[in-house]
Amino acid sequence: MVQPQRTDETFEMIGPGHNYESVTEKISSVVLSRRISVLWLALVLVFAHIAGLFGLGAVMTLFWGVGTWGNNIPVGWAFGIINFVWWIGIGHAGTLISAILLLLHQNWRTSINRFAEAMTLFAVFCAAQYPLFHIGRHMYAYWMFPVPNSMGLWPQFKSPLIWDVFAINTYLLVSALFWFVGLIPDLATLRDRARTKPAKIIYGMLAMGWRGSALHWRRYTALYLLLAGLSTPLVLSVHTIVSFDFAFGNVPGWHTTIFPPYFVAGAVFAGFAMVLILAIPLRAAFHLRDVITMKHLENCAKVMLATGMIVVYGYIMEVFFGWYSGSEYERYMTFVTRMNLNESPYAWSWYALLICNGLAIQPLWFKKVRTNPLALFVISLFVSVGMWLERFVIIVTSLTRDFLPAAWGNYSPTWVDWALYIGTIGLFFTLFLLFIRLLPAISIAEMRELVAHHGHGTASFTEHGTEEMADARLVEEHPTNKF
Amino acid sequence: MTYVLDQSHQALKIGEDRLLYGYMAEFEHAEDVVAAARRVRDAGYKKIDAYTPFPVEGLSEALGFRDHWIPFLMLIGGIVGCIGGFALVYYCTVIAYPLNIGGRPLFSWPMYIPVTFECTVLVAALTGVLGMFLLNGLPMPYHPVFDHPDFDRASSDRFFLCIEARDPNFDFTETRRFMETLGALHVSDIELRK
Repeated sequence: MVQPQRTDETFEMIGPGHNYESVTEKISSVVLSRRISVLWLALVLVFAHIAGLFGLGAVMTLFWGVGTWGNNIPVGWAFGIINFVWWIGIGHAGTLISAILLLLHQNWRTSINRFAEAMTLFAVFCAAQYPLFHIGRHMYAYWMFPVPNSMGLWPQFKSPLIWDVFAINTYLLVSALFWFVGLIPDLATLRDRARTKPAKIIYGMLAMGWRGSALHWRRYTALYLLLAGLSTPLVLSVHTIVSFDFAFGNVPGWHTTIFPPYFVAGAVFAGFAMVLILAIPLRAAFHLRDVITMKHLENCAKVMLATGMIVVYGYIMEVFFGWYSGSEYERYMTFVTRMNLNESPYAWSWYALLICNGLAIQPLWFKKVRTNPLALFVISLFVSVGMWLERFVIIVTSLTRDFLPAAWGNYSPTWVDWALYIGTIGLFFTLFLLFIRLLPAISIAEMRELVAHHGHGTASFTEHGTEEMADARLVEEHPTNKF
Repeated sequence: MTYVLDQSHQALKIGEDRLLYGYMAEFEHAEDVVAAARRVRDAGYKKIDAYTPFPVEGLSEALGFRDHWIPFLMLIGGIVGCIGGFALVYYCTVIAYPLNIGGRPLFSWPMYIPVTFECTVLVAALTGVLGMFLLNGLPMPYHPVFDHPDFDRASSDRFFLCIEARDPNFDFTETRRFMETLGALHVSDIELRK
């Protein structure tokens, strides 16, 4: 086994010497501490300014219309849907961690599920911006929903785009509910530990009077487990439906049955990369190395490697079926538009994609790399770029060179496209930074459960005697002392 | 001296202005509260509850809770969502807005599945969450147990067991004496605020 580089690194799920009180204190103090670190504030300001770019792009779009984007005919779908699919995919790892790993009794999910779920919410929120602004005529947005209207119009329910409306909205709502239900016991903890009046009131209202009654816990755990059970097929359906947006069309390069599984695997791949991008700085900045341990990072890296290899298999199959289809359009798409650097202006993106998603993850076969946070961080950045390129390849190469050469055209994004894209990255990180200071980034109640299962929940277990311990002893000896 | 329940049948009148909600025992270990719950239950008490910082395995069974409302409600929600979603798509594509596309059948049910599925999940999840809140009586900003001086630790590292005064077997002195034998750190009164 490779030795951890730092003395405080551990390969256990939780560092040694933790009890109920110490995990509670450790996680809640991140939120309740009144010290505002300069680094945190600086990062919030930087990302909030980047998020401002989104505002600028949105104003441009609302004022002058979608014409400010690079979209044209034949590339009617471009940055909007590339970014949409990218963000939705990133969101999926959160649901996978919180729901599927819960059902599979993977206890290591406990310390990363909360912020991964937050990541899901923020990512889906960012994703939702693109369809919202792409519709152009915002006063007609309700046309997407089955709302009775005086025109007698109803949505086209045989179109995957309408399925998308239902899938994304359901996903956003169910993820938000799952996240909030998970937060309630922790909000109660914050309510009980808050020292300032406003914090007590706000967390108190959010906790809704949760008092940890055994009967409440019984219903709560039943609900939580069933929500996980519902979220699992939901997350698979969402990205399957997103892939239908393409696979239902007959454009060369889109019309393949491998899309649903390949999209779902790609989503999980991108999502775990984002989990690592968020977790590695988070654990360093808030001294959470004993809660988000090496075991978590290594497991995330393993999932990333596994899903990444599924994605690579998808790329190989796309090439194979491009050839095997016998269709000259499919063959042209695969071997010329995507692969031929001399003939196609976009072939670079296909090779860049292979480097980012195929080559960059290969070092993850080695434990030395999987346990090196810096290496993981860099690889995760490569994967994030790679997964964005994957959607770029699918959308732009396919649409620019479809059937008739007379209908071919090129695409290039405008600055408004870039502003909207980079802006949502700023928005995402701003929301995330606010989240880690306003809500517990790790589920405290579940950490206590983990401590209980590891058999050292009580205060007296810790070797370095705490105040807590002395306090408990005092009460034991003189029960009346406490009051 | 015998005490009687007040008009709300929630608490025992123990003085001019004093209402007893129940007795609360405080424990340090999760296993102790489960063992104590079993003893309290065996002694015939029914109006009991425990307050813990995380779901303790076996505690609700030890207290005799047999509540299966959540799965049932979610099943009903799922069925309603499923039928409702399917009916919505059927209504739109066959009755309200029939579109003849190359003579394909209007009632093409395989195309209805994705929306039906999403509606099933959505309604089941909403019913489950709303059901949990309603059954638990949340939000409830104030509850008598919050008056316990140590109760802020119920969300951190202490386990509480409460026998409520409205229990038919509750006795002002006997119940207190019984609770002292449960091995708790201490037992205290919970009074109902007027």
